[in-house]
Amino acid sequence: MMLNGAEDEEKWLAEGIAGIQHNAFYMHQALDSNNLREALKYSALMLSELRTSKLSPHKYYELYMRAFDELRKLEMFFKDESKHGVSVVDLYELVQHAGNILPRLYLLCTVGSVYIKSKEAPAKEVLKDLVEMCRGVQHPIRGLFLRSYLAQISRDKLPDIGSEFEGDAETVMDAVEFVLQNFTEMNKLWVRLQHQGPGTVREKREKERNELRDLVGKNLHVLSQIEGVDLEMYKETVLPRIVEQVVNCKDDLAQYYLMDCIIQVFPDEYHLQTLETLLGACPQLQPTVDIKTVLSRLMDRLSNYAASSPDVLPEFLQVEAFAKLSKAIGKVIEAQIDMPAVGAITLYVSLLTFTLRVHPDRLDYVDQVLGACDKKLSTIPKLGDSRATKQVVALLSAPLEKYNDIVTALRLSNYPRVMDHLDNGTNKVMAMVIIQSIMKNSSCISTPDKVEVLFELLKGLIKDMDGADVDELDEEDFKEEQNSVARLIHMLYNDEPEEMLKIICTVRKHTMAGGPKRLPYTVPSLVFSALRLVRRLQGQEGDIVGEEVPATPKKIFQLLTQIIESLSIVPAPELALRLYLQCAEAANDCDLEHVAYDFFTQAFVLYEEEIADSKSQVTAIHLIIGTLQRMSVFGVENRDTLTHKATGYSARLLKKPDQCRAVYACSHLFWVDDQDGLKDGERVLLCLKRALRIANAAQQMANVARGSSGPVTLFVEILNKYLYFFEKGNPQITSAAIQDLIELIKTEMQSDSATPDTASDAFLASMLRYIQFQKQKGGVMGEKFESIKL
Amino acid sequence: MEEAVPLKKENGKTVMVALFQSQENIVGEVVIEPIHGKKVEHNGIKIELLGQIELYFDRGNFYDFTSLVRELDVPGELYERKTYPFEFSTVEMPYESYNGVNVRLRYILKVTISRNYVSNIVEYQDFVVRNYTPPPSINNSIKVVDKLIRKDIFPLKLNYTSMEVGIEDCLHIEFEYSKSKYHLKDVIVGKIYFLLVRIKLKNMELEIRRRESTGSGPNTYVETETLAKFELMDGAPVRDGPGISLTRATSNAFAGESIPIRLFLSPYELTPTYRNINNKFSVKYYLNLVLVDEEDRRYFKQQEITVYRLLESS
Repeated sequence: MMLNGAEDEEKWLAEGIAGIQHNAFYMHQALDSNNLREALKYSALMLSELRTSKLSPHKYYELYMRAFDELRKLEMFFKDESKHGVSVVDLYELVQHAGNILPRLYLLCTVGSVYIKSKEAPAKEVLKDLVEMCRGVQHPIRGLFLRSYLAQISRDKLPDIGSEFEGDAETVMDAVEFVLQNFTEMNKLWVRLQHQGPGTVREKREKERNELRDLVGKNLHVLSQIEGVDLEMYKETVLPRIVEQVVNCKDDLAQYYLMDCIIQVFPDEYHLQTLETLLGACPQLQPTVDIKTVLSRLMDRLSNYAASSPDVLPEFLQVEAFAKLSKAIGKVIEAQIDMPAVGAITLYVSLLTFTLRVHPDRLDYVDQVLGACDKKLSTIPKLGDSRATKQVVALLSAPLEKYNDIVTALRLSNYPRVMDHLDNGTNKVMAMVIIQSIMKNSSCISTPDKVEVLFELLKGLIKDMDGADVDELDEEDFKEEQNSVARLIHMLYNDEPEEMLKIICTVRKHTMAGGPKRLPYTVPSLVFSALRLVRRLQGQEGDIVGEEVPATPKKIFQLLTQIIESLSIVPAPELALRLYLQCAEAANDCDLEHVAYDFFTQAFVLYEEEIADSKSQVTAIHLIIGTLQRMSVFGVENRDTLTHKATGYSARLLKKPDQCRAVYACSHLFWVDDQDGLKDGERVLLCLKRALRIANAAQQMANVARGSSGPVTLFVEILNKYLYFFEKGNPQITSAAIQDLIELIKTEMQSDSATPDTASDAFLASMLRYIQFQKQKGGVMGEKFESIKL
Repeated sequence: MEEAVPLKKENGKTVMVALFQSQENIVGEVVIEPIHGKKVEHNGIKIELLGQIELYFDRGNFYDFTSLVRELDVPGELYERKTYPFEFSTVEMPYESYNGVNVRLRYILKVTISRNYVSNIVEYQDFVVRNYTPPPSINNSIKVVDKLIRKDIFPLKLNYTSMEVGIEDCLHIEFEYSKSKYHLKDVIVGKIYFLLVRIKLKNMELEIRRRESTGSGPNTYVETETLAKFELMDGAPVRDGPGISLTRATSNAFAGESIPIRLFLSPYELTPTYRNINNKFSVKYYLNLVLVDEEDRRYFKQQEITVYRLLESS
């Protein structure tokens, strides 16, 4: 039997429909022959089909609709007294003779409808009688449909303002009273529906109940449509009565649906003026009611209302909407002890959204919400629930999105406190959101205080948090995070050098705590940020000598030294070396010889002590040479020391080609191509010759080791240098030397053991073309080149 | 003969007969017409007005509670049609005509032509008597109202067809009917309050029952008929099956848990209440409130009501 439940139901429905059709047929006959007695008899029989208990609400509805259509015809017949000859008053009694209650009440409602239309009795009296008599049906489904029928037939007959049924003695109150009563009874029936049948089908029952909810909600809709329900009446009567019923029914499904219904059905301005009542109900609802969604919808509506016109804003202030909502949410959270954290936080998110939309200027409100949330979160051991975490992120993101400006958010004292409740992973996500917001809006954080607060917020990214599992870090994510922090450092800026220095110090303080993994990312940013400040101060020093100036390049350089030194714990000597060189250059531009020298010293020390890898050495030495070449601040002695060091290291590189290249690069150290630059042709030539020797040695080594001479690349490259200095007018570089070198290269290339190398060929060819080009150009340079005989 | 009403005869046929009430003059004439050309010899002609109570279990026994005689003719011979006017003035007819299960109360006019040697010629004519009562006195209204409102609370004394222990704590209802005396076209109005329901009720009906008792002592015969079955409630106003009570405390809107009663008496064939008619029989009416649970067990509570015939002209 149970297995075929659905099938049986279909069968019962079919039987019911057949029964209705059968009796409707005879009813039609009776109607056609104006036989009232028969009409009543068959209509009652027809309606008896609705007495079934076997159908689910869904199927019962089908049956009900069939009967409903038939009742329309019967009503038409009742209306026409000439057809049946019985006055409507007598008819009203006559239908009450039916022995079965359900058919009797359907007929009574049908006649009642005619009765009101006839105006032989005040609408109010008839309605009152009908709604009272319908109490007889207490079976949930049958009662609901009967009362829904009553609601249907009475809708256009309510004694509303402007309605034809608005009699002298009748007020809108009667209409309201009627609908409220019907609503109350329907809700009771609806709530009781859950207790029908065995407990095992509870879930199914809930689903069925849900299908019927609109029958109940319809009453609220009708109430909202009654013209005469003005704010006063809504406030004094309608809402309190509805709320009373909602609270008293103690059913979560009904409470949730009806609260939502109230919010959706009645106008926003009413809600605003009755917030206290509406919100007062919330803590009284069952703990399982999803109040957060209800309140969220309310706040959504109110925010939309506020957004609809600036004229309504004073209303919000007048009724202290924020304070009331805030208080209500607090109470709900307090009342619903079992509400999961996610629920509470969601409520705060809604309130925050409301606040941001309605009172964007009230930062204190925003902070208040965050404060309340912090308080709630403090009572929870640790946020483990991922949904709750998500809501906290939403809560924290909302102000950022609204203000598009982290600076505003930084003024919220409770912001970091709330953020502290996040687990490490989410804390980082949130920190990333903050950084992205700053980047997106190019917000400039311009005071040390704010920087302090910001870094406090971002501490998840800035340093290792307690209990964080370092092993689980995703390398990619970590890189991205640290790159973001590095980018962020550039957004911290103040035009005032003093302030800027403070900012830099603050950043330094925080980033230094980042540990070896983070420093390689953050230190360069910090260094360049500081160097930017140096550049700005550069040249100003002269003007302000003697004054107590905190922000001087000297000071900053001291700071920079410390900053770069911190990399030693990583260790990251190559990076540190580059940074030292950058600083040296800046010091050079500030005309601080000692400082620059010191930076170079640091760089060399690193080179000597830390950089062991030959490849790194090559790179490092070239960087050193390049930087040193540009330095103009050094006196002869210092310069000599440094160049000597550089050339020395160049010659001591491991691989011959590397040696060769470094050495010829060193040649530039003696020839600075500007007006007052050092021009020591002798030593340039020495370098180049030495390079040639090394190239030669490399060639021979190749012959010995592999049986073939290496490529002539090195020679070609040296030739390039010769040509450069030749053109620059180094007297030590002669055309004869160039000719010899070209000759040498050509011979090498033609030798049997030469390894073909197209790059070198092309390089050489290009240089030869250049010589030709210079020759043809004529003039002084042309004449000079003319001396090279090819 | 002012009015005619239908009367069911023994053979099941309904005939229209004259309607009277007590203290009326019953005036008429008897027409006797011999079969053409024959003479009728008689020892005298009389008309009797009889009020009889007939008990079916005591077949053949009539109790005449009223017997009036008028001599219409002295002994002699009848040759042709002859009309005899008669009159019974302000006849005392205290009881109403009644056609019950075990008893019949009838009024008849009996014309007897007495004869020698051959049997008498007897002819009967039924008529119906109905007596009207004025509505309960207005003078006593306040006191009467107090008495008339019948309120029955029966948490402990519920009648249950197969008495079950513990039922007392399962059902607690109160009901009230606006009156205890109803005229025949009256409406029973009332309310039922549910205070405690731990039984899964299916529905509730109101029955009108007629209890006719005849005879006396050990020979008393009681017949009960259910004249009306009127459904008052479909389902029951309880939140849950067992366990949840709807006391005044838990449902602050107490009136919300009441079920209205409105029963029109006109469709039913009631008679007034007859109490101890000539020491022979009584007819009483009861309202029986019946609650049926899901296992079709019936719980009921019966209240007597008085039915009277309202003098409509007033």
